[in-house]
Amino acid sequence: MSTALHNLVNQPYQHGFVTDIEADVAPKGLSEDTIRLISAKKNEPEWLLELRLNAYRQWLTMEEPRWPNVKYPKIDFQAISYYSAPKPKKTLNSMDEVDPELLRTFEKLGVPMNERAKLAGVAVDVIFDSVSVATTYKAKLAEVGIIFCSISEAVREHPELVRKYLGSVVPVGDNYYAALNSAVFTDGSFCFIPRGVKCPMDLSTYFRINTQDSGQFERTLIVAEEGASVSYLEGCTAPKFDTNQLHAAVVELVALDDADIKYSTVQNWYAGDENGLGGIYNFVTKRGLCKGVNSRISWTQVETGSAITWKYPSCVLRGDNSVGEFYSVALTNHYQQADTGTKMVHLGRNTRSTIVSKGISAGHSNNSYRGLVRIAPTAAGARNYSQCDSMLIGDRCGANTFPYIQVNNPSAKVEHEASTSKIGEDQLFYFAQRGVGAEEAVSMIINGFCKDVFQQLPMEFAVEATKLLGLKLEGSVG
Amino acid sequence: MIYQDSKTLLAVRGLHATVNGIEILKGMDLTVRSGEVHAIMGPNGSGKSTFAKVLAGHPAYEVSGGEVLFEGGKLLELKPEERARAGVFLGFQYPIEIPGVANSQFLRLAYNTVQAGRGKDELDPLEFDDFVREKMKLLEMNPDFLDRSVNEGFSGGEKKRNEILQMALLEPKLAILDETDSGLDIDALRIVAGGVNALANRDNAIVLVTHYQRLLNYIVPDYVHVMDSGRIVKTGGKELALELEARGYDWVGAELKAGVRAST
Repeated sequence: MSTALHNLVNQPYQHGFVTDIEADVAPKGLSEDTIRLISAKKNEPEWLLELRLNAYRQWLTMEEPRWPNVKYPKIDFQAISYYSAPKPKKTLNSMDEVDPELLRTFEKLGVPMNERAKLAGVAVDVIFDSVSVATTYKAKLAEVGIIFCSISEAVREHPELVRKYLGSVVPVGDNYYAALNSAVFTDGSFCFIPRGVKCPMDLSTYFRINTQDSGQFERTLIVAEEGASVSYLEGCTAPKFDTNQLHAAVVELVALDDADIKYSTVQNWYAGDENGLGGIYNFVTKRGLCKGVNSRISWTQVETGSAITWKYPSCVLRGDNSVGEFYSVALTNHYQQADTGTKMVHLGRNTRSTIVSKGISAGHSNNSYRGLVRIAPTAAGARNYSQCDSMLIGDRCGANTFPYIQVNNPSAKVEHEASTSKIGEDQLFYFAQRGVGAEEAVSMIINGFCKDVFQQLPMEFAVEATKLLGLKLEGSVG
Repeated sequence: MIYQDSKTLLAVRGLHATVNGIEILKGMDLTVRSGEVHAIMGPNGSGKSTFAKVLAGHPAYEVSGGEVLFEGGKLLELKPEERARAGVFLGFQYPIEIPGVANSQFLRLAYNTVQAGRGKDELDPLEFDDFVREKMKLLEMNPDFLDRSVNEGFSGGEKKRNEILQMALLEPKLAILDETDSGLDIDALRIVAGGVNALANRDNAIVLVTHYQRLLNYIVPDYVHVMDSGRIVKTGGKELALELEARGYDWVGAELKAGVRAST
């Protein structure tokens, strides 16, 4: 590989600092007592504790999945702390009372929490380690009936809504990591858009892992009632540690009749160093239920971080004429491993789904697309279009595609296209011969490759994603 | 055309180059002055394309000896992109496909990068659009070329026109056209050659690498060089190409051997 290509893929991680902040950390280890402790710390109602214990008991009987195309040593779940919260000096009434050290952290990360938030016109919920530290714009959203707060607060203030929908899309025993999350989740975001309301601004959650031995288990629940719509953004970073941290989140989306949810993620968890030391294990369950007729759920993800990514944002298309979409860019470099994709489960009539997946592998990394398209016997007239493209940079990385297609209705139409390409010496030489250096060349090739996905992102996110890919690849072209 | 007051653009002295450890160029000498058109001919494997790529700085080739001066400066010390900005252009024998990148974007990036490198003004997308469409008329190109991915799905003729379009945009001082005629039908050949002729002037120079005399009916060379085994073994005027066409290459080699024997 030429030096230019090499240098381009190897930009240092910029969010790798640790904030020195006093935290309330639970002792390491997992047992029913740990779960009772978490539940007690959060003053939770009995039903939620029961849900957690039920999940824990199921988890104990389950096996860690071994089918993903990733390799890592066995995780010691007793070596993890399941609760870490920045110690509040007192109850917070406004952003001004947030620990300035915390504010500086998010300042550094470029997260708009105050004035800049207003300029950007994005409402932000910030999750630091396990707890939500700040939510902006709450009052303004409340005027139109939108609830946007931490899930802990939602449990206290809107228990009937949380109880109705929590676990309705991802049951507590859905899979190993979802069960673990259901048992120990500490915070996350809750968002409720009532009937007929179009959310006037993008909602955003920013996740940050700060403590070395804590896991992050956040839970996000978004409900859009009949005719409601919302665009939701999620960003993630973590400090550099030479040990691995576990991130096992669950995100549930529910769209009722004619509702529309757009969920965008730019995931930049610490990926480990160039020798594969450290980094986040990102084992996440994300699923949306198109419960009502004509509803639509759209996932867009730009996955650039994490040592290991295991993630399949999915849509269950139950309502007739409902639409599921998945647009993904997954970039792996050095020794990163990603096994990511989606599931589109067609249950209703005339349901439609689109999958566009772009995998970019550099260094020694391994990048797999895994996707399921299932057309149930009830899904007459269902349609799916899938496109899975892989791009290789250098000759030590790998790309795989594992499409699973199950069609049980003869009137369905399913299309699958796949391609693999390589940024080679000859392409870079062609650019160079026209005066263009390797960095700009790779950036143009990558942006061209990811165009169909970036178009789906909200404007500022698209700009950020483009920059991020450039940074991540810096040094890898050569 | 040969001008009395021309300047030396390119001076190649004893150039040796290898690929994968195999020596391909074995003492190449060539001088090109402004305003001139040179044709380099020779049998397959004689090193013509290697020579073109080495001048442009292709990373697969290693220079193992000799020197190349471009406008008096040491060309081999420049990176490929610096050579391009300095005015060395290579028309590719097999233009590279770049899926997902629109031709218009690519052309504008190349144009602006080269302009910036020469301290000249860059063009915004609208200005560039007008500019490039004007240049495309020269090559009778359909404007939807601009929206297609670079060279992807282009026919052989379209690819070669796209190369000459880039030459028209970048206005090189030295254009090395590697088998620009291969894969062209007679109409495309006429158009491409017409484009090249329109771009030739007394300040620049063109080096045509070709197998066949056919192209030279359209672009008339001032000098014809025959390469064999990695160096130039014979140089003549345009009539040499006709003789090669009629007699093939073998006699040049035979003459050379005879010459070697005579001198020993």
